[in-house]
Amino acid sequence: MATTASASEGVLRRLSAALFRHRGVRLWLTLSPPLAWMLLVYLVSLVLMLATSFWRLDALTSTIDRTWGFQNYETIVGSSTYLKLTLRTLGMALAVTVTDLLLAFPIAFMISRVASPRTKGLLSLLVVIPLWANYLIRVFAWRTLLAGGGPVDSLFAAIGLDSVRLAASGWAVWITFCYLWLPFAILPIAAALERVPSSYLEASADLGAHAGMTFRKVIVPLAVPGVVAGSIFTFSLTLGDYLTPTLVGKDLFLGNAISSLLGTANNEPLAAAIAVIPILIVVVYLTLAKRSGAFEAL
Amino acid sequence: MLGKGVRSLLYAMTGVAIVFLYAPLALVVVYAFNKGRTAAWPPDLGTTRWFSVAWNEPALRPALANSLKAGVAATLLALVLGSLAAFAVHRFRFFGRGSISFVLVLPIALPGIVTALALNSMVDAVPFISFGLPAIIVGHATFCVVVVFNNVVARLRRSQTSLVEASMDLGADGFQTFRHVTLPSIRSALLAGGLLAFGLSFDEIVVTLYLSGTESTLPLWIFNNLQRPTNRPIVNVVAMVVLVISIVPVAIAQRLVSDGGRRDR
Repeated sequence: MATTASASEGVLRRLSAALFRHRGVRLWLTLSPPLAWMLLVYLVSLVLMLATSFWRLDALTSTIDRTWGFQNYETIVGSSTYLKLTLRTLGMALAVTVTDLLLAFPIAFMISRVASPRTKGLLSLLVVIPLWANYLIRVFAWRTLLAGGGPVDSLFAAIGLDSVRLAASGWAVWITFCYLWLPFAILPIAAALERVPSSYLEASADLGAHAGMTFRKVIVPLAVPGVVAGSIFTFSLTLGDYLTPTLVGKDLFLGNAISSLLGTANNEPLAAAIAVIPILIVVVYLTLAKRSGAFEAL
Repeated sequence: MLGKGVRSLLYAMTGVAIVFLYAPLALVVVYAFNKGRTAAWPPDLGTTRWFSVAWNEPALRPALANSLKAGVAATLLALVLGSLAAFAVHRFRFFGRGSISFVLVLPIALPGIVTALALNSMVDAVPFISFGLPAIIVGHATFCVVVVFNNVVARLRRSQTSLVEASMDLGADGFQTFRHVTLPSIRSALLAGGLLAFGLSFDEIVVTLYLSGTESTLPLWIFNNLQRPTNRPIVNVVAMVVLVISIVPVAIAQRLVSDGGRRDR
């Protein structure tokens, strides 16, 4: 037994030594599984979807006619509906991102630089727990909170804001989105702020900067990667969510156009062509985000 | 360093954020004990009968079992693929290295419906993956890789390479060094990433909708039952129970991760 054990150990050792000498083999062994997965599963899927977007739906048989052409893109560019949907979706994504970043920064600062270790642990836990409540449940909770005659409505009536109606409005969608993605904004900002060395703040104070100046000139610039990383989540999650607008709002967004074309209309080619719009927006956004070093802070 | 005014403002803003995060959850808990079937305001409290109704709901258990299976399988796949990618990026310099994180983040950064539609056309076209649990696992693993990758790569960046060199100098081979030096140093990062991956998978609905075939998962069960207003109380009960059960492991993991992070520095 002992000899087999040592023999297998010898094999392992020789293998290890061989791997040590051949850097390329080691790289290939480490990189190829995840790379192959992403290429075969995801990029192939995206390419298949892109191919579909050049096909068309046969209106008579409602089957997919695999003749190539730009007709779906012509439909999108030719009607103002899709431009309106895109602008509305983009506007909502930006509004939610700005709001969430403003809400997230103070609590992230509290967690990373002000609170005692104990409070810090508790606060980070409090930020993460809502993510474990089901997404749909949280959306429905907002529907109940904002419903006519509901808690928020009664509160508004009590303080004399009778005319404000949030139920089934753009405001309700905005509030719900801000709520859903807030933890995703807090976590990377807190992580980025935590990495700012205390010596920098001391140096800034020693050089005569008051607290406000240190905040503006040292803390905020160093937090930028975390802020951008948080914004990737808030922006792209809002851009693609189509369930929240149908559940708490009344206006339709890009995702709704895609999902309804897939559902009742069964027009997968046009849906795939519309999907190209958010893909382009996200790719542009990610490219800009990458420049700010946000990928190191995700 | 902070002035008194700034400090109280900070406390106030933190309080606002916490109240904002917990008001809807409080509502879910309250309505789990509501006597009526509809979510009328104010609630009429004082019943636990929805708990027994939920317990006897036949479709719930298979859905929950599927969610657990999909979550565990997707998490394991993501742990392997995500840490391999993290090691590749951390240890090697190669062409396209900068684009790895870009490619990994795409499935989560692109809208859920786009990822769903893309994966749906892939499963449709490829014969050896079928709609149902296999497709769900493949889909979930794809967008979970990035959270493991991020956690591990951040930890590798902070850990000292001198430890690995010391281990090699002392005669350990590459596998021994990995087992006794590298793995312990990234263990808590794997835990954090794995937990986040599981959470993402367990709560995912849009991609699941387009890959599930005839199978159900917990979010799909919730989706179907929320459409029927009379079943809302059961859904509230289920959501509350899942939330309460998840608090303990999340809290433990959080503690382990923050301790592990501190030891590394």
